[in-house]
Amino acid sequence: MIQFKVNGANRQFDGDPEMPLLWYLRDLLDLTGTKFGCGMGLCGACTIHVDKAAARSCVTLMKDVAGKSVTTIEGLSPKGDHPLQRAWKTANVPQCGYCQSGQIMQAAALLKDKPKPTDQDIDKAMQGNICRCGTYQRIRQAIKMAAGVKA
Amino acid sequence: MNTIQVVSRRGFLENVFSAGALVLGARILPVEALAADKADDAAWHPSVYLGLEPDGRVIIVAHRSEMGTGIRTALPMVVADELEADWKKVRIEQAIGDPKYGSQNTDGSNSIRSFYEPMRQAGATARMMLESAAASKWGVAASECQARNHEVIHAKSNRRLGYGELVALAAQQPVPKKEDLRFKSPAEYRYIGKDVPITDLDDICSGRGTFGMDARMPGMLYASIERAPVLGGKLKSCDDADARKVPGVSQTVTIDPFKPPYGFQALGGVAVVAENTWAAMQGRKKLKVEWELGQNTSYDSETYRKSLQETARKPGRVERSVGDVDAAFASATKTHEAEYYAPHLAHAPMEPPAAVAEFKDGKVVAWAATQNPQAVQDTVAKALGIDKKDVTCHVTLLGGGFGRKSKPDYVAEAAILSRQLGKPVKVVWSREDDVHFDYFHSAAAMYIKAALDDKSRPTAWLGRSVYPPIGSQNSVDARYGGAGGMGWIDVPFDIPNFRAENGPAEAHVRIGWLRSVANIYHAFAVHSFVDELAALAGRDRVEYLLEILGQPRIIETRPPAQQNRPNPYPLDTGRTRRVVEQVAEQSGWAKKKSGNGRGFGIAVHRSFLSYVATVVELEVDGQGRIRIPRVDTVVDAGKVVHPDRVRAQFEGAAVFGTGVALMGEITAKNGQIQQSNFHNYPVPRINEAPYETHVHIVSTDAPPAGVGEPGVPPMAPAICNAIFAATGKRIRELPLKKQKLV
Repeated sequence: MIQFKVNGANRQFDGDPEMPLLWYLRDLLDLTGTKFGCGMGLCGACTIHVDKAAARSCVTLMKDVAGKSVTTIEGLSPKGDHPLQRAWKTANVPQCGYCQSGQIMQAAALLKDKPKPTDQDIDKAMQGNICRCGTYQRIRQAIKMAAGVKA
Repeated sequence: MNTIQVVSRRGFLENVFSAGALVLGARILPVEALAADKADDAAWHPSVYLGLEPDGRVIIVAHRSEMGTGIRTALPMVVADELEADWKKVRIEQAIGDPKYGSQNTDGSNSIRSFYEPMRQAGATARMMLESAAASKWGVAASECQARNHEVIHAKSNRRLGYGELVALAAQQPVPKKEDLRFKSPAEYRYIGKDVPITDLDDICSGRGTFGMDARMPGMLYASIERAPVLGGKLKSCDDADARKVPGVSQTVTIDPFKPPYGFQALGGVAVVAENTWAAMQGRKKLKVEWELGQNTSYDSETYRKSLQETARKPGRVERSVGDVDAAFASATKTHEAEYYAPHLAHAPMEPPAAVAEFKDGKVVAWAATQNPQAVQDTVAKALGIDKKDVTCHVTLLGGGFGRKSKPDYVAEAAILSRQLGKPVKVVWSREDDVHFDYFHSAAAMYIKAALDDKSRPTAWLGRSVYPPIGSQNSVDARYGGAGGMGWIDVPFDIPNFRAENGPAEAHVRIGWLRSVANIYHAFAVHSFVDELAALAGRDRVEYLLEILGQPRIIETRPPAQQNRPNPYPLDTGRTRRVVEQVAEQSGWAKKKSGNGRGFGIAVHRSFLSYVATVVELEVDGQGRIRIPRVDTVVDAGKVVHPDRVRAQFEGAAVFGTGVALMGEITAKNGQIQQSNFHNYPVPRINEAPYETHVHIVSTDAPPAGVGEPGVPPMAPAICNAIFAATGKRIRELPLKKQKLV
């Protein structure tokens, strides 16, 4: 039995310990804000936090989260008003929106490490998150807006 | 011809509108259909519904699919504006697939173009009926009553009534004739031309938006499907014993192979069915499958490239001819010729294809990320042998489309499996499935030859384009894609002798349209070639472009038999010139100096009726790595409804086009696709995309044109021209990752 937390709530899981966290969140908990994009940790659409660090839930196995605390986009901010979520809306970042949960979760982890990120910091932290619509320019703008650094 | 009438509530509308709602069905004729052969067929199919509830709420039905363009917001804005509705009191409902809406196929950068006028008419009609309702209640002339922000006002007596209070009475008013409709002046617009946040913004930013991948039906099973690695391959044998031992897997189901032509049919294969996606995927890995691979095993991209290039060196089918190209070549003292090649591409939307469907009592209900819910109805009905009226397709948000999700093969798979299993089934494509079994953008070979005058200006132009046709979807004999209007016959330069040809090619993989379609390779060839000519002439590119564009004029590219019909969107080189002039100004072209690894490139291309000029600033470092600090693009897309979403489309197109130029390539060997996921089919990441893209929208009253696609075609040639400016290296084959730049 694997015990852990998801968005603050205690959870336990006695299925396949090799199952990626992504499918547990999506299929078993119906937390579908975390997206499937590649299954290999290549695109970042499934980004969540494990104990506050960004992780790709498609390659994070259930056995890896034992005793850990998992946060998904649904748990980032109870009212959806995390500074990044507000900035995302002000900058009208999303186009199709599919990758944006992962982008926001990755950016949230970045700002915890580097509250005032430079362009290089943003490139380094965000290059694992693909946006096929090409919203990168606004993602960069929104991160800077939330961080209060000059665009 | 566009008429609006009050319709009874029926079908799904009963779920959307409460009793007592005033429901208007706009029976519309798409703008383009005015000049089309089948105008009569399109004329009486209702395409949009707008309802006013007794509590004052307005419900607008979005009938086009949302894949990131903002169309689910922009078209309702048009209705709401003419209705004088308060946007806060508008609820947007997504339509199911139904021919009564007219075309719902959200492709071809077509939504605003075809539905702007009908939406205005729908809004204005309802507004005028509300005004007459208030007038009759107050016993005053309707001309004294004015709708303003969700209420009707009689200024003389300072009386006002909210829309909700007027609904019942408004429903009884005569419907104004189209010619009597009064429209707002642009100065009065509340929403059109303004940047209204997209309707799904909160949902997306909080992870609540429902995409096809997220749709659920009670009691549903999950399926992952093993398909033949070569198009047309058939199942020889399958041992599923180990697959069925995987915990959570319930069974496997064989899906019959498609019958050629492949169309939108399910490809066929072996589905592993399980209680969750992961178990289904794990079970699939344990299948022991043997395939009879069939004749397409001969498909090899290297050999095929050579055959396309050989074909492009020979005369093809003439698509458009002006003057006498052969005579001009015979008498020319100077000519220039070049060959270009661009490979297959995959769409790779962030959301791989996914759908859930339930077959019950002879009917299907599906939830799908689809660009075309009516094609879902047709395809599923055909697959199951049922009437398409018995197929209900709900449309979710689409995690990207780019043309892939116009083809509903994955919805057919879900429906076929549900019939077999007696339960709702969700089909999830992996990224590997998506890349292996896409409807690929055509590989293309192009040949261009020009005769030049003493200033290296073209006096004759011969273009040959060869690529496997999209028509292979519908015919096994299809060989000609046709040069069409996609940047090959409609070259805008002032050249007295012009001939465009198209050569034959056979498809060995599924072929489909991808964001801007043939414009991608045609623009790459044409606008690279023009840059070569300018280099031969030793001229500044902008000056040279303007010179060969010539005086502003209309170019007629339609076949003679169609030329007497009205053309609301003629090719107007005055507009082409204007975007070139404006992008030169916006980018500061005159002050830019190329060389030493830094270059500026320009390309201008009209597609989907919009005129776009793009300047790319680019750096090549000592290792041949490319950086794009800045893109400037000027777009004349006619009248624009939502400027911010238009800018967003062009910002995104700059990134998409960067991917096409730098890294996009799909290849086949022994008939099998060699790429599988983002490690070997890379797309631009934040550190590879243009750092900033400046979009300038030309202010014009011309009819609305396309926006979703036209930003893509100029990117590859502008990038390659910038590379030439930076390094002196001429690029004639994509992608750039295969080229040595230093």
